[in-house]
Amino acid sequence: MSDHHSHQEPGGTTSPYAARIRAIEALLLEKGILEEPEVQDSISYMEARSPANGAKLVARAWVDPDFKALLLSDGKAAASELGMAPQHPAEFIVVENTPEVHNLIVCTLCSCYPRAILGRPPDWYKSFEYRSRAVREPRAVMREFGFEPPEGVEVIVHDSTADVRYMVLPIRPPDTEDLSEEDLARLVTRDSLVGVSAPRSPSRTSRG
Amino acid sequence: MTFEPGERVRVLPSEKPGHVRTPAYLKGKVGWVESLIGAFPNPEELAYGHSGLPERPLYKVGFRQTDLWKDYRGPAEDFLYADIYEHWLKPERGTT
Repeated sequence: MSDHHSHQEPGGTTSPYAARIRAIEALLLEKGILEEPEVQDSISYMEARSPANGAKLVARAWVDPDFKALLLSDGKAAASELGMAPQHPAEFIVVENTPEVHNLIVCTLCSCYPRAILGRPPDWYKSFEYRSRAVREPRAVMREFGFEPPEGVEVIVHDSTADVRYMVLPIRPPDTEDLSEEDLARLVTRDSLVGVSAPRSPSRTSRG
Repeated sequence: MTFEPGERVRVLPSEKPGHVRTPAYLKGKVGWVESLIGAFPNPEELAYGHSGLPERPLYKVGFRQTDLWKDYRGPAEDFLYADIYEHWLKPERGTT
């Protein structure tokens, strides 16, 4: 194609993928399949979601057994109850870590992730290395994230191959009985929601 | 054909080209049906602009890691769960 549009990104570089996406977007707009406000709405939708949503769900489940039961049986209903709007055709299933079982989430085929709740996945989640190694050597991968499940704990890897998006409900850290729900939520990291590590311990948070 | 939780199944070793949601490393492997997740439009047809109807049953299928990888480094009680469409599964005799 001789018609070169110069779509410079703010940093002055244009990746081939960004250029391709912009070309597709321009075509869709030109053909009237897509309207500019829809693009903006989509961007706002994605940016309004973040791991903080997951942390809120987890912290509520830690303090409220009824909510925990709902979260584990109907993730979307639980998310709606906390004001999140998980409208997405995919199912949202939350799997619980226990003293016997540790869960780890991956999507080997692409990068399926509960975006409707947590927003965009971290780059490492989409990397070929994580996607291929998480199923084959999950314990080694977790060690590299600085986490090792205690001896005797089963590791279950969930490969989100189809129409389900998974999130982990981590174990509540010890010595957190006195913490408020808000403080508990601060212990929940994005990585602990994927299962590559555990939540922070309260002492580490207070040190900053 | 419907599968019940606990039933042993083998993932078809099909080489069907195009968009499929069955990962290569599970093809031909034996596991068990953990649960029925629900029914969804067939992604193999949705991907090409078709309706994907009728919806296909989707199962959560469990595998022993030691059955998937000969050199798996971890306990025999480590598992992998994947979501597999019914038309990729066939019954397997025997017990897990």
